[in-house]
Amino acid sequence: MEYLYYPGCTLKTKAKELDAYAVKSMKALGVDFKEFDDWQCCGAVYPQAKDEIAARLSSIRALDEARKEKRDLLTICSACFHVMKRVNFDIASDIDIRTKANNYLELDIQYAGESKVFHFLEMLRDDIGFDKLKNHVVNPLTGRKIGAYYGCLLLRPSDVMQFDDTENPTIIEDFIRAIGAEPIVYSYRNECCGSYSALKNKDLVQNLSRNIINSAIQKGAESLITACPLCRYGLMQNDDLPVYYFTELLAEALGVK
Amino acid sequence: MQRIGAFVCWCGSNIAGTVDIDAVTKSAADEPGVVYSAEYQYMCSEGGQLAIRRAVEEHGLTGIAVCACSPRMHETTFRKTAAAAGLNPYMVEIANIREHCSWIHKNRESATEKATILMRAAIAKLNLNKPLFPGESGVVKRALVIGGGIAGIQTALDIADAGYEVDIVEKSPTIGGRMAQLDKTFPTLDCSACILTPKMVDAAQHDNISLYTYSEVDEVSGYVGSFSVKIRQKARSVNRELCNGCGDCITKCPVKKANSEFDEGLSKRSAIYVPFAQAVPNIPVVDRENCTRFKTGKCGLCEKICGTKAIDFEQQDEIIEREYGVIIVATGFKPLSPERYGEYLYGQSPDVLTSLEFERMMNAAGPTGGVLKRLSNNEKPKSIVFIQCVGSRADAKKGKTYCSKICCMYTAKHAMLVKEKYPDIDVHVFYIDVRTPGKNFDEFYRRAAEQYDVNYIKGMVGKLADEDGRLRVIASDLLDGKQITIDADLVVLATAVEASPDVRALGTMLTASMDQNNFFTEAHPKLRPVESPTAGIFLSGVCQGPKDIPETVAQAGAAAVKALGILSKNKLIGNPCIAESNELLCNGCSCCENVCPYGAIEYTEKEINDHGNRNNRRVAQVNEAICQGCGACTVACPSGSMDLKGFTNRQIMAEVDAICRT
Repeated sequence: MEYLYYPGCTLKTKAKELDAYAVKSMKALGVDFKEFDDWQCCGAVYPQAKDEIAARLSSIRALDEARKEKRDLLTICSACFHVMKRVNFDIASDIDIRTKANNYLELDIQYAGESKVFHFLEMLRDDIGFDKLKNHVVNPLTGRKIGAYYGCLLLRPSDVMQFDDTENPTIIEDFIRAIGAEPIVYSYRNECCGSYSALKNKDLVQNLSRNIINSAIQKGAESLITACPLCRYGLMQNDDLPVYYFTELLAEALGVK
Repeated sequence: MQRIGAFVCWCGSNIAGTVDIDAVTKSAADEPGVVYSAEYQYMCSEGGQLAIRRAVEEHGLTGIAVCACSPRMHETTFRKTAAAAGLNPYMVEIANIREHCSWIHKNRESATEKATILMRAAIAKLNLNKPLFPGESGVVKRALVIGGGIAGIQTALDIADAGYEVDIVEKSPTIGGRMAQLDKTFPTLDCSACILTPKMVDAAQHDNISLYTYSEVDEVSGYVGSFSVKIRQKARSVNRELCNGCGDCITKCPVKKANSEFDEGLSKRSAIYVPFAQAVPNIPVVDRENCTRFKTGKCGLCEKICGTKAIDFEQQDEIIEREYGVIIVATGFKPLSPERYGEYLYGQSPDVLTSLEFERMMNAAGPTGGVLKRLSNNEKPKSIVFIQCVGSRADAKKGKTYCSKICCMYTAKHAMLVKEKYPDIDVHVFYIDVRTPGKNFDEFYRRAAEQYDVNYIKGMVGKLADEDGRLRVIASDLLDGKQITIDADLVVLATAVEASPDVRALGTMLTASMDQNNFFTEAHPKLRPVESPTAGIFLSGVCQGPKDIPETVAQAGAAAVKALGILSKNKLIGNPCIAESNELLCNGCSCCENVCPYGAIEYTEKEINDHGNRNNRRVAQVNEAICQGCGACTVACPSGSMDLKGFTNRQIMAEVDAICRT
């Protein structure tokens, strides 16, 4: 498949390594992708108000670009993936949002949700396949005990995201297995880290993240991996357990770190 | 040409208060066909009916139009009056000038105008009425009860006691159903088996009842009074006549690893088994999927040990064909499997149980001998959390939209039983609302909360986390507005009541309508709660909707009474207002057959003589015993050949014309 790569703002600032290792890994895996020039911020927070059109527009521009390029939109950051996928769902299913957004954007052809949005992990699972990924691994991370941290943005709401089982997801565990490490399954892996409230309520983030880290340590995890820069920030507030981006370990396993 | 009498009723001031009776009566006299018009204070009274009879005699009337209350109220009364006056009872039309007019209008002038129009429409229709004669059909004096739980058993006993023969078809090897699995019943906490098993024995020993266990209904045809049914008696691999129920085969069977259905998979059973000690009939069944003899051809130990030579590995399914006058559906329910709710860890942690599994565990004859323990480590739990509404009151995507009705009460029962036996165990119950309407029900729940110190928490559980070998329950406490966590050793899920999974097929076989949740629909939600809209099919127990045991037994009795209403007749008098096909116009398109909700229309090839032009054609035929006169076919028919007697297309158009005439 051919992808239009949408990195998003955080991957160019705070989470440069998430982007850099992803690009290296894609090249190593021979993925056909290109980053488009003038992408805009997705907004980072999905607008809950149904009549909030302006906050959806930059996502729609990216989605429309993918349509024009006849490529699937590829994201890595959990927040970008979440916003893109939900806005795309809105424009496909809500005639009011579709009409207003198109009226504003004045596109040559109306955009009605034709593009497909993929997360990097979905590409690994559904396009490349974890079995095939194994064959590309030159430096298996044997013996490393890694906990997957999903957070909420990748999984919920389940009927829109259609990413994995919201209560018992397996995609990151399968990824960990593919790169030769041992996945540690712990109960809090899909619980919210609270980081959206980082500025308002530091204690909340601290407590929620603490629960996650404790749960993972208790089950024997030596490190965590995540796809979300914000979650990583929240989890790193407790420095008992290193938290990596999944692309970093992927690059390491593929020998391109 | 008809000679019509129009009779306008005052209904005291009910109609006369708003409608000018005199004006309606006078304008009725000018309507086509009307030879006599009169008014009276109460048309339905003795005096009013006498006036009608006299008018029929004096004026030689052929039809009667009564302008009064709703036909639902007194149509039957006036039909009887007509019959008493020597007219065909279907030569009566009612104009509803009370519910449809005087009761809902204030303005006398416009109410009078509307009453006049309604009167005209009734007379216009009456001008085209023809005498109708209801058909008759016979009644087979035998009832079929599908399902042998408490509902089916009670219905069968009631019908049998009234002197009619009943067959119970039960798909599992024993009758007893869900109630047999229960430990105690609410709100009296009496032993479920102790009150059920005598009824099971009564059913087995009753002269008028035949049990077909390990059997299913394969095919149903026919109609009320005369259903023919094929029952598949599945091969038990044990000869029912020879077996004396000694149980030697069960002891000897080397396979001990099949899941016990009766214990909800919490215990193991042999491949040849009876589901539980008090099973009726006490005849074992060979579970061919688990039996070594059937899997590899070796073994056969049960055959060798059997003193009466009852084991028969060659036994085949047997098809029994029977005629029945009525069919009672009592298919019951199954608890919804909570596996789809990953947040509750059901199937992942052995310490998460459904309520029915918990019920088995609390039972002295159950998998743990009545000892409460954690299946993960066989230790006694220190803290138990009950979660209500698992799958109930959810949105349609996630579960069942309805309240399962029994869970609040059985959870209170479970909580109390735990506290009674182990006062040191902490018991928490999460609820959305506690719903306990019923005799002595709320008192029961309050006893749990107040006297037994059960901790009721309003709120739902979001997640169970397996932490340090215990189950951390993460939930919200809505009254406190806080997120709370409770560390539990055992979690019990009060799962939704779900219609038995295979009833859809049965519903289709019976042409009995069902709702979106696979519960059978009643003919009227208030006034005909135990009858299916399909004539001759009755509903007993949870197959119609969630119910507790007393309600189930009450409904089972009611279904029996309704069934007896048919069985006790020698002939069934039909409703003559049914569909009729004009074979000359029918083009054989099947539109009517497809819309008929009762399966009353069939097609036949026959020779049609169209004014001397003879040819073979496929034409619709209405089965008069099945047709309920709903009229769906008359609307669907593109060639206009389907017509409803008493409500013909011409009559309805005449009414419309009369209403539109100014």
